[in-house]
Amino acid sequence: MHKTGTHQKKTYLLGRLWRYLSRHKLLIVSALLCMLAGNLFGLFGPKLSGNAIDAMGVGAGDVDFRRVFSYVALMAVCYLASGLLSYILSLLMIRLSRQVICRMRKDVFDKLSSLPVGFFDRYQTGDIISVISYDIDTVNQSFSNDLLQVLQSMVIVLFSLIMMLSIAPLLVLVFAFTIPLSILSTRFITTRVRPLFRRRSKKLGELNGFVEEMIGGQKTTTAYHRENAVIARFDLKNAKAVDAYNKAEYYGTLTGPSVNFINNLSLALVSVFGALMYLGGSLGLGNISSFIQYSRKFSGPINEIANIIGELQSAFAAAERVFRLIDELPEKPDAAGARVLEDVYGEVAARHVSFGYTPDKPVLHDFSMHADKGSLIAIVGPTGAGKTTIINLLMRFYDADSGVIEVDGHDIATVTRRSLRQAYSMVLQDTWLFYGTIYENIAYGKEDAGMEDVVRAAKAAHIHDYIESLPDGYNTLLSDNGVNISKGQKQLLTIARAMLLDCKMLILDEATSNVDTRTEQQIQAAMLKLMRDKTCFVIAHRLSTIRNADHILVIRDGDVVEQGTHEELMNQKGFYSQLYYAQFETY
Amino acid sequence: MRDMLKYIRPFGGCIALTLFIKFVASLMELLIPSILAKMIDDVVPLGNRGLIVLWGGTMVLCAAIALVGNIVANRMAAKSSGRITERIRHDLFSRITYLSARQLDGFTVPSAVSRLTTDTYNLNQLFARMQRIGVRGPILLVGGILITLLMDPWLTLVLVATLPAIAVLVYAVTKKSVPMYTRQQGILDGMVRVVQENITGVRVIKALSKTDYERRRFDKVNNELADMEQQVGGVMALTNPGSTLILNLGLTAVVAAGALLMDKGMTSPGVIIAFLNYFTIILNAMLGITRIFILCSKGQASAKRVAEVLKAPEDLQVLPAGEKIGRAHIVFEKVSFSYEGIKNNLEDISFSLGHGQTLGILGATGSGKSTLVNLLMRFYDADSGRILLDGEDIRTIPTGKLREKFGVVFQNDFLFADTIRENIRYFRDLTDGQLVTAAQDAQAEGFIRAVGGMDYAVSVRGNNLSGGQKQRLLIARALAADPEILILDDSSSALDYRTDAALRGALHEHFAHTTCVIIAQRISSIRGADRILVLDNGREIGYGTHDQLLASCPVYREIAESQMGTGGEVSTDA
Repeated sequence: MHKTGTHQKKTYLLGRLWRYLSRHKLLIVSALLCMLAGNLFGLFGPKLSGNAIDAMGVGAGDVDFRRVFSYVALMAVCYLASGLLSYILSLLMIRLSRQVICRMRKDVFDKLSSLPVGFFDRYQTGDIISVISYDIDTVNQSFSNDLLQVLQSMVIVLFSLIMMLSIAPLLVLVFAFTIPLSILSTRFITTRVRPLFRRRSKKLGELNGFVEEMIGGQKTTTAYHRENAVIARFDLKNAKAVDAYNKAEYYGTLTGPSVNFINNLSLALVSVFGALMYLGGSLGLGNISSFIQYSRKFSGPINEIANIIGELQSAFAAAERVFRLIDELPEKPDAAGARVLEDVYGEVAARHVSFGYTPDKPVLHDFSMHADKGSLIAIVGPTGAGKTTIINLLMRFYDADSGVIEVDGHDIATVTRRSLRQAYSMVLQDTWLFYGTIYENIAYGKEDAGMEDVVRAAKAAHIHDYIESLPDGYNTLLSDNGVNISKGQKQLLTIARAMLLDCKMLILDEATSNVDTRTEQQIQAAMLKLMRDKTCFVIAHRLSTIRNADHILVIRDGDVVEQGTHEELMNQKGFYSQLYYAQFETY
Repeated sequence: MRDMLKYIRPFGGCIALTLFIKFVASLMELLIPSILAKMIDDVVPLGNRGLIVLWGGTMVLCAAIALVGNIVANRMAAKSSGRITERIRHDLFSRITYLSARQLDGFTVPSAVSRLTTDTYNLNQLFARMQRIGVRGPILLVGGILITLLMDPWLTLVLVATLPAIAVLVYAVTKKSVPMYTRQQGILDGMVRVVQENITGVRVIKALSKTDYERRRFDKVNNELADMEQQVGGVMALTNPGSTLILNLGLTAVVAAGALLMDKGMTSPGVIIAFLNYFTIILNAMLGITRIFILCSKGQASAKRVAEVLKAPEDLQVLPAGEKIGRAHIVFEKVSFSYEGIKNNLEDISFSLGHGQTLGILGATGSGKSTLVNLLMRFYDADSGRILLDGEDIRTIPTGKLREKFGVVFQNDFLFADTIRENIRYFRDLTDGQLVTAAQDAQAEGFIRAVGGMDYAVSVRGNNLSGGQKQRLLIARALAADPEILILDDSSSALDYRTDAALRGALHEHFAHTTCVIIAQRISSIRGADRILVLDNGREIGYGTHDQLLASCPVYREIAESQMGTGGEVSTDA
């Protein structure tokens, strides 16, 4: 999705698509053979029927039945063989497209899972999903169906041309006039239509984006009774989408009738000239019949190709989006010779770290700190001061612009990301649960966890009783519309998940913000156990949670403005003490 | 599909005209081969070259009329189907917007979105193509058969005899494939869900090094989907070669029968040639019709999904107004409620709140705090008991009028991609002055200035704002229209204590006349409330002022002590 605005070259797109197809050369070759054979059989039909008609003579009683019926039998065989082969061909092509689409989806997903976190902070979820479902489907549709049709059409065109040449070479000259006419008109229309189709997709995308957004906020809209205002906005986007659709169709639907007209024109010309040639004695009646049938077969596919070229426009647009996503830069690979962080001791230090999500807006300036093994570091400060950013840097979701972060004396830029991240367990404010059972969700970080482990963790997180009260207990499926599970309960589940892990370092980012204080107290013992012997980084607003920290970092506008223990900071009577007292103000 | 007729009907005239034009154009196309037959049989033997050219000219004329007719008809078809879709989308969007919370829970938001996007798109395609090829196909088919019938009824009968075989084939294929399409749609939903989860959970997945696991999970559903697609494809693939084969065999039979008839002098070579030509037309028409069947079976599934929403009954009926009871602003009378009918989420809740008073609600996670708000604003109806507003049962107040009394911030409330101004205004008729004052009271003015003013573009879901900034914008939205009742559902959790205190100060000063319902985790946020309701498991376990509860409610006292550290009395020294 970078490079937005630049349109990739068509040949380049075809090349890349071909790379997907070329993995299945055997399938393609057998498909081509099937197609050739099938069409040949099919195309002999008209020739045979022409022969049969010629064998009927010109008047009653003139029919040579033996010859007629042997032609008829041959026709039946040809058509049967052709039907069978074209069914096999379809099966082969479906198989091919299955392989291609599966591969393409896999490539997109694998890319997604190697992208840096920052990518997902920038792009709309709906947009990414539409690439992996809608766009890939569009590409696949045209390359399994349309490509086949084009190839098939080309074979038919070629064969019909040969047959026509063998019957009446002179008559073929008619097409020297009509084919260029088709090509020119199709080209004229497609160049006109392409920008219109892009616009049409764009407007439809905008409409869909609006829908996704606003239905997500339906509750708020009804709460403010703004339904009609939102609908009015929708109507505007809807009208725009329909207008763009109509404009594209206005020109897009020209292709079919125009090419049809040219076909009929060639038919008229062929009949006139054919009749004249018959009068001149150089052509039989049966030959005219065959020729006309072939000329129909000849121009039919050209019509089809013209239509498909129109549809390919949308496939190319979709392929552009798919490849743009596949071409996104992945997370930088680990540094050459990066070491695996083993036997973590748990000492963390940051020195003169500065960082900004965009170069012009620094979030952290010159941040330094030191955390001994097993110490509890609390990070406090007003919203937007850069607390979560520190977590992002510790876990290497983002890399610092300058300065060094060390774990056990190793610069984290020189260890593998995987081993670094495994050294931490983490509970975030935005709880993440997936569609699966409660058991699976808790055991997520530890694949070999048994039911007892999970139950123990759930008990420690004070969520066991709730889980047991559900009809299916630990096998309850967490689905999208789980109205019944509150945000606080979700947080407890993620805490249970973290409790199963055994890491030397722990990150708690507002881990209990939606848990009521009473439950929070009840899980305090478990939390303390969770935190024991671990180096902990805790972000919290509730100052009661962090009063016991070994070291408190007070962040304001990207700088550490104060640090020390609770008592030290209270005695300073600075920013921290102001924050602390604010919680007791009634009004 | 029947439910869509209502939308098609207003364009009946337009569609009829389109069909008529298509009909004429198709007729012209049909004429061309019979002119050809006439030429070969009648004109050619005369040997008059001028006449041949004249007949050729007629063919070109017919083709030209067909060209113009088809273009005009196609454009009309595009236009009417676009307009039809526009109306369906409008109605569907309106209906979804007005769905009750329970109904939307039932459909689920992702499904509602896909009905509005994918399904209406499918319908649009269906309407347009139906008019384009759906008319041409049958007309060419019927017309072709009629003309051939006139030319030679015996040969036509041979051809027509093959049609039932095709009908059986198409019927069998659609019957088998429609349920398969539905299954495929379900697996697709599963795949989309995996992707969605991987996007929202990217930090957790990376932190736990579960990337490989997630890839395997995706591979599984990806393969499952691809297998299903292959199966459906295999069934659908029968249609085309199957019907072509049947028709081609019919053609072969026509040639054989033609020979017999010729022998008896009952037909001529010109007729057979023309017949074979018509045959190609009929074949193509038949293929077109089978394609319509495929389109229809896909469209039918979409039409059904759309109609399901459109036909959802009006859920929250407005009852006839009764007598006014009492003078309190908000009254809950023995209210009980359950989302799923299994366990009561709220049980036997009663309280009463006067004008300008503040109710604080405190309770464990899952204790029913947000549920209480859902009932008060009538997102759901209570199962038993009743809720009164100014003495009127809220079920007797039209929903719009009821909701206009409130300013509310939900947990995880909704911001959308537009300016800060629009996000606060939220489509209401509010002056800039009102918006600015609201932002001031919500303590949002400072950060709004820092990011560049009211015209700063908020990104999707407010992704470019911090948690506390989002909450302040939402509070500003709730305050902007100077509501009769203000509801804040845990909506200052991301604010630091100072900002939270300043906010409470502003509320106290400028919204003294407003009745407030405040849900919070922090005692400090609600301790000044006139009444505090302590909930546990949907039940009331304490009700009174801060001081009363400290004395009477052990749970409350425990919470207060844990938060205030040295006990509730530290309070006043700041």
